Amino acid sequence: MTSFSRRDFIKATGAAGALSLAGCAAIGQRKPIARVVVIGGGYGGATAAKYIRLWAPQIEVVLVEPNPAFVSCPLSNLVLGGSRTIDELTTGYDNLVKRHGVQLVRDTAVAVDADKRQVRLAHGDPLAYDRLIVSPGIAFLYDQIPGLATAEAQSRVLHAWKAGPQTVALRKQLESIRDGGVYALHIPKAPYRCPPGPYERAAQVAFYFKQHKPRSKVLVLDANPDITSKKGLFTKAWSERYPGIVEYRPNSELIDVDARTLTLKLLGEDIKADVLNVVPPQRAGDIAKQAGLITANDRWCGVDWLSTESLAVKGVHVLGDATLSAPGMPKSGFMANNHAKIAADAVIALITGREVNPHPIIANTCYSFVSDTDVVHVASVHKYDAAKKTLVAVEGAGGLSSVANDLEGKYAQAWAKNIWADALL
Amino acid sequence: MSKPIHILCAALLGSTLLAGGPAAAEEDTQVRSWAASCSACHGSAGASVGGMPAIAGQDRGKLATLLKEFKNGTRPATVMHQHAKGYTDEELDRLAAYFSRQRP
Ligand code: HEC
Repeated sequence: MTSFSRRDFIKATGAAGALSLAGCAAIGQRKPIARVVVIGGGYGGATAAKYIRLWAPQIEVVLVEPNPAFVSCPLSNLVLGGSRTIDELTTGYDNLVKRHGVQLVRDTAVAVDADKRQVRLAHGDPLAYDRLIVSPGIAFLYDQIPGLATAEAQSRVLHAWKAGPQTVALRKQLESIRDGGVYALHIPKAPYRCPPGPYERAAQVAFYFKQHKPRSKVLVLDANPDITSKKGLFTKAWSERYPGIVEYRPNSELIDVDARTLTLKLLGEDIKADVLNVVPPQRAGDIAKQAGLITANDRWCGVDWLSTESLAVKGVHVLGDATLSAPGMPKSGFMANNHAKIAADAVIALITGREVNPHPIIANTCYSFVSDTDVVHVASVHKYDAAKKTLVAVEGAGGLSSVANDLEGKYAQAWAKNIWADALL
Repeated sequence: MSKPIHILCAALLGSTLLAGGPAAAEEDTQVRSWAASCSACHGSAGASVGGMPAIAGQDRGKLATLLKEFKNGTRPATVMHQHAKGYTDEELDRLAAYFSRQRP
């Protein structure tokens, strides 16, 4: 990577250079030594695709993703608070193709045939692979909430837990709420995607209400016995910044939802809201289930954390929120990015016959916005423990912000910019 | 036009060989994968696209000193002290050496 790269060449010489480079590629390109298929172009999959190409250009990479662009979940609560737009959180896949030579297939993977080493697509021809990386994110367990079984009910009671149209729709619902109205957010039992996300969301909706609808309420109904992440920092931010707006209730077990009357049926009481936002319980995305990758509680995919290779299906690696997290590891975009780098390195090692790194080290930092500018973080470092055969959080490392502050607000915005570029540019 | 293209091709192939040939075989892939974790904040190979300190291409000794100061708490930080504490001094030295070799 210290040498003159293709990208610098294109930068330096412009379009004419790019043209002649294409000519060179045809002359100079050797046949790829292997093909890796990556399912899912989120924080995990896009990063894995790019890094395999960066580190091993002799390997062909095909990325299967149905969506036209990447939309970041991190920062999407700011769209609800009103300080960011969804367009600002959206990045195309074109640079992965143009700069890094990733082959992009706009399609949905519907089945994996691990014996034939093929991925079947909803529309196109099957794709053969030498190694497969599955980074499918989450699917919602709507079967646990009978009242949300229909598409119509799901369009009234949003999750907005995958960034995109749902985020924009929830913002619209909040804009149409009357001053004095109630926004109720239900949080499922852990583990779920983005542990601090719901508490950040409560702060962002309160931030919006405080400016525009100060008599409105944010009611946080948590199925967990307590705030699962950055507890002290969130309770302080809620009580000091949004007094009288945010109310938090633990142990709020959800029985069902009435989407017509916007009523949450909790164990012991019914709660009616003007905007109801239910984050359903989750499992690994559908393709993981179909491919037999789910090994834990019918929900998550167990992997060997040295390589991210599935414990159930050989030759298939799983990344991100879909994995059965190692101890102390949150389901976050940052972690998915870091899983992708273990996977890229291991996949290259396995293909080229080099030893898989026996001592991976990865990290996490989750920044949460408690206003438009002020942020709190939680950080951790994770090292492979050969005796325990998993990644463990390093004791004495990591930790929290001491208090919400705007310097970290700037770093959090910079983090987003850098991690999007790291995955997609 | 065709002659310059071939000269360029030769130059490019040369650099490709350097990047993908013998040099790659000697590359320390372990520190490369550790460093890739840092890239989630500092940008790919430490070349920040803005807002985070760019660490690519900085002096090796300076990077090693900064990292150890974060680790022992003598350099004020919002988050780096918490990350640096996760690494041994030897790991920090290898990371410093790696990032010093990257292009800013
Ligand atoms: C969560 C984001 C994040 C991660 C991950 C991270 N850093 Fe940093 N780094 C920062 C920030 C922010 C600063 C500025 C100091 C501070 O406030 O902590 C910084 C500062 C630094 C500096 C000082 C740069 C200078 O010129 O002053 C070095 C060196 C550094 N980081 C190296 C690393 C290395 C090596 C890793 C991986 C082991 C790493 N960082 C991981 C966010 C991060």
